[in-house]
Amino acid sequence: MKIKLESKNVDVYYDKLKALSNINMIIPENAVTALIGPSGCGKSTFLRLFNRMNDYIDSFKLSGDVLIDGQNIYEKNILVDELRKNVGMVFQKPNPFPKSIFDNVAYGLKIQGIKDKEFLRKRVKDALVQAALWDEVKDDLNKSALSLSGGQQQRVCIARTLAVEPTILLMDEPTSALDPIATTKVEQLITSLKEKYTIVIVTHNMQQAGRISDYTSFFYMGDLIEFDKTDVIFTNPKQKQTENYITGRFG
Amino acid sequence: MNNGKINRVKDTIFKYVGILACSIGLILLAIFIGNILIDGFSRIDLDFLTSLPSRKAEKAGILTAWSGSLWIVVLTFFISVPIGVCAGIYLEEYGKKGRLTNLLEINISNLAGVPSIIYGLLGLEIFVRLSKMGSSVLAGSFTLSLLILPIIIVATREALRAVPSSIRAASYGLGASKWQTIWYQVLPASSGGILTGVILAISRAVGETAPLIVVGALAYVPFTPKGIMDEFTVLPIQIFNWVSRPQHEFSINAAAAIIILLIITFALNGIAVYFRNKWQKKLS
Repeated sequence: MKIKLESKNVDVYYDKLKALSNINMIIPENAVTALIGPSGCGKSTFLRLFNRMNDYIDSFKLSGDVLIDGQNIYEKNILVDELRKNVGMVFQKPNPFPKSIFDNVAYGLKIQGIKDKEFLRKRVKDALVQAALWDEVKDDLNKSALSLSGGQQQRVCIARTLAVEPTILLMDEPTSALDPIATTKVEQLITSLKEKYTIVIVTHNMQQAGRISDYTSFFYMGDLIEFDKTDVIFTNPKQKQTENYITGRFG
Repeated sequence: MNNGKINRVKDTIFKYVGILACSIGLILLAIFIGNILIDGFSRIDLDFLTSLPSRKAEKAGILTAWSGSLWIVVLTFFISVPIGVCAGIYLEEYGKKGRLTNLLEINISNLAGVPSIIYGLLGLEIFVRLSKMGSSVLAGSFTLSLLILPIIIVATREALRAVPSSIRAASYGLGASKWQTIWYQVLPASSGGILTGVILAISRAVGETAPLIVVGALAYVPFTPKGIMDEFTVLPIQIFNWVSRPQHEFSINAAAAIIILLIITFALNGIAVYFRNKWQKKLS
């Protein structure tokens, strides 16, 4: 097991509110790691550390080290836009740009200055195939992405992220706004993507975490309570709190 | 009476108060427009649009006035829009919420409430005298630009604020820089709103009279402006001039010119509404 992401002694504050305290955790490469816990436990904050999306919150303060491939990504010489090309993110609500499907998927490449039409077309196709959406939209790539269903929109967002060829995918409750059928599709997609990507997913859905993740970490009130292989967490957790949460006794 | 019944009565009463309040404005406007149309409509023909001003009412036309207005509007547009939109973008997207931005914000809102004649005096001092532009189209345009800048800035900021933050997040998440995010996502998504504000501001500039009188726009200019340093007049000043004359023929001319001015303003507002609707559809 190779370590892809790592946090060392991470504390996060929003002004005086402590959102994460002393998190030490590793995330293995080419696996799906689920972050679970009740609302406000800090799991989303933790997820967003890895592509520095918390930087836009004025009151955000961090101490400790956040490492990707052994490199601290909060060092001064890190270029945030370069970092984010390597660390893709899929958000809770499908948020396609108000543009065509093609332009949505090509956007990440276009902003890198890539203009070669053939190349763009190929990458867009590959990304949509990977996101299991190609067959549904191949005839109307010029249609507005907003005209698609919620599940399709979310897969456009995933394709858009894949087109940039990151190695890490961060997913913040990617199926919470989707119906069960769309959820199944996205889950199958996640499972198929882990061969090539390191995936970290925040989810409120215990069954989902059980179905798709290899590792699970349980957060509670800013603390990392437990991190282990998913089957261990779900069948034989070491902490009482984890067991209570997973069996639905609180949270 | 029980509570529900009282509430329903209140509902009905308020409905009629509302209808009354709306109709007062509409009726007054209808009377005004009807009056103007009866007086001036028959006076409008091609000659009226293409004739120079004259002492004889039946020969006088509004060529210099509307061409002056056109010059002013176009120049004002090109001066105020880049400055206003850039300022709006800075305040909304870049400006750190601090004392300086606060100060700027308060002052911009204040500026929007300053009487237009004050802008005229400012323009007279800064553009006509200090910058030695004289009573030129350029000086007039700069003055009107000052006047409508706050409107454009506020409209720009509101349009930018209406862009869902999820779009920004998505763009940043793909490795876009701040400027790329603004240029490729935020501005296109807000362009309808910005354009609406710009057009409303411009249509206000079309109708402004006081600041241009102070800056030195003349009521009688026997030629159309050929360049930005020429003297000029505009439609509202021509109207003002005609209305103040005793002969009845001139007030007919004024009515006709008012119709033209109203058509221009309504057309501009219509364009603004069109873009707003188009923009709202696109985002939802």
